[in-house]
Amino acid sequence: MELIELNDIRKTYDMGDVKVPVLNGITLTVAHGELLALMGVSGSGKSTLMNLLGCLDRPTSGEYWLDGREVSQLLSDERALLRNRKLGFVFQNFNLLPRTTALENVAMPLTYSAGHCSERESRRRAEEMLRRVGLEDRAGHEPSQLSGGQQQRVAIARALINRPQVLFADEPTGNLDSHTSEDVLRMFVQLNEEDGITIILVTHDANVAAHARRIVRIQDGLIADSASGGAQ
Amino acid sequence: MSVQGTFRTAAKALRRNPMRAMLTTLGIVIGIGAVIAMLEIGAGSSSAVQKGIASMGANVLLVMPGTTSSAGVSSGAGGMVTLTPHDCEVIAEECASIGSIAPVVRARAQVVYAGRNWVPNTMYGTTAAFLDIRGWTLAEGETFSDTDVLSGNCVCLLGQTLVRELFQDQSPIGEDIRIMGVSFRVIGVLASKGANMMGMDQDDLLLAPWTAIKFRVVSGTLSMGNQSISSGSSSSVNTLSDLYNSPPTFYPTKSDVQTADNPTLTRFANVDQILATARSTGEISSAIQQVTETLRRQHGIREGQDDDFTVRDMTEMANVLTSTTRLMGNLLLCVATISLIVGGVGIMNIMLVSVTERTREIGLRMAVGARARDILRQFLVEAVALCLTGGALGILLGHGGSLLVRKFLHWPVETSPTGIALAVLVSASVGIIFGYYPAWKASRLDPIDALRYE
Repeated sequence: MELIELNDIRKTYDMGDVKVPVLNGITLTVAHGELLALMGVSGSGKSTLMNLLGCLDRPTSGEYWLDGREVSQLLSDERALLRNRKLGFVFQNFNLLPRTTALENVAMPLTYSAGHCSERESRRRAEEMLRRVGLEDRAGHEPSQLSGGQQQRVAIARALINRPQVLFADEPTGNLDSHTSEDVLRMFVQLNEEDGITIILVTHDANVAAHARRIVRIQDGLIADSASGGAQ
Repeated sequence: MSVQGTFRTAAKALRRNPMRAMLTTLGIVIGIGAVIAMLEIGAGSSSAVQKGIASMGANVLLVMPGTTSSAGVSSGAGGMVTLTPHDCEVIAEECASIGSIAPVVRARAQVVYAGRNWVPNTMYGTTAAFLDIRGWTLAEGETFSDTDVLSGNCVCLLGQTLVRELFQDQSPIGEDIRIMGVSFRVIGVLASKGANMMGMDQDDLLLAPWTAIKFRVVSGTLSMGNQSISSGSSSSVNTLSDLYNSPPTFYPTKSDVQTADNPTLTRFANVDQILATARSTGEISSAIQQVTETLRRQHGIREGQDDDFTVRDMTEMANVLTSTTRLMGNLLLCVATISLIVGGVGIMNIMLVSVTERTREIGLRMAVGARARDILRQFLVEAVALCLTGGALGILLGHGGSLLVRKFLHWPVETSPTGIALAVLVSASVGIIFGYYPAWKASRLDPIDALRYE
């Protein structure tokens, strides 16, 4: 059983009179421990695909098996639970809570977990995650006191706190300079290799995609090309 | 998400923008503060008004003897001779709802001082409690004591009209006046009260210990006539028994000589009415019930037999009192409602701004696993926390304000625990009512749109 199986996924946006098809039958398999890059130009449908994969949205039709479970028709509360337990997100603009310390930002998803852990336990786990991204000495800093790269690493720590099976990164280096981008991307590779976390990078940048083991190109809502990447 | 966690998150979110949280709360602070201050000042003035009306006699109960009829001719109210001073003592001891109580013996007689005379409109024999019951005060001198009542001392208090008629500008204190040939010393003068609601001059009055009036001035009858005119016969024999006047005619009439030889010291003492106060306006009905029960037992009236007395209250005045209180209450309620609505709209406004401003945060929270109801709860708790904090500050502000008013303006102020409880309840409900729409709006956001919101 593969971790992710998409079977003829279609997504059509209903804009009143006009129906806008965005995904036109995507079939894709992602195995455990893969480091995958979804590539495509703006408007190709790669963000929509990521939203579907991340259970933020439901496909119009098609099947989506995640870890052995059909999740395409789940209700929004069930999807929220799924996101909390199995999925992690890293965004282009970091999306950290302003005026909130790095530690609290990292611990935030735990407040929505079903089995509540104690304040002390959340702190401990958040500290551990910060250590993993190399920011243990910045735990008390607020986002405004951190550099872009550091902010993105805090966001990665936040995405990892619930030990997700899949980590989605939507243009994770879009707001970073090339040097910091390299750091962040190395961290993804490291997480993938050392901890076996499945990572899906969404990007339009070939340099970013080059770090992935496999590159899936999306064009006009269809998979144009799926090839092994040039990483390492 | 645990309740505790929700509160922590709300507190953190509010702390991120303390200035705005404070300004938002200000609406509620002022609203609740105004309500508390108004309630306390209002309760104070309301009870001052109540006291004022009560001093007009709204709490007063009047116990009158019953009526008799003979051959179909009724003697009218108070025709029976059934109330005794002992009844008065028993009522005072046994009726919990009765505040003070005084027996009243009425008389009508000529009062003489130096060359002048006057027949006061009202001449009451009573106890010192009478002044408390009516809320009357003395302009000068002092009132008579219980000892004066027990020993039937001939002392009296005069009303202003009587003083004017008998003494003109002279002070009457310490002077002796004569009532039906009995000398009474004036020990006090009552403060002026003007006319009562029926237009009767309340200053045309003489008060004395009831024992003195009963046994030295009035005979045992309930005659309201001018006793100075009708009782001339008793002075035909010159004996000490004059002091006790003629005994009631229950016994075979004695000849003048017999009477002179064996002065009858029978003190069959009835009183014309009993005046009492209920402890509060609310206790009037229970007071009436207790007095009725006590008197029925005291008079040995069996089940099914009619009372030989009647108890009356001042319903008219009590009604004025209730309607005044209700009016003030409603007035305060209007002011309170308006200020709380204004405060609530302020909260709603800011919460809506906050939801818009934090759209990305909401999207993020949803992406990491917050369900719609978690978001709803978070924003609702934030609004309620704002309102409750505002309410708490408002209570302090309002209470402080009313204390200042008491200190500097000397207005009557009453702390009202119900008002405070109400304020807490109301501020929480304002938070829920006005926080619900923004919270609902937040919870309905689509995580994808919310995350992309600029």
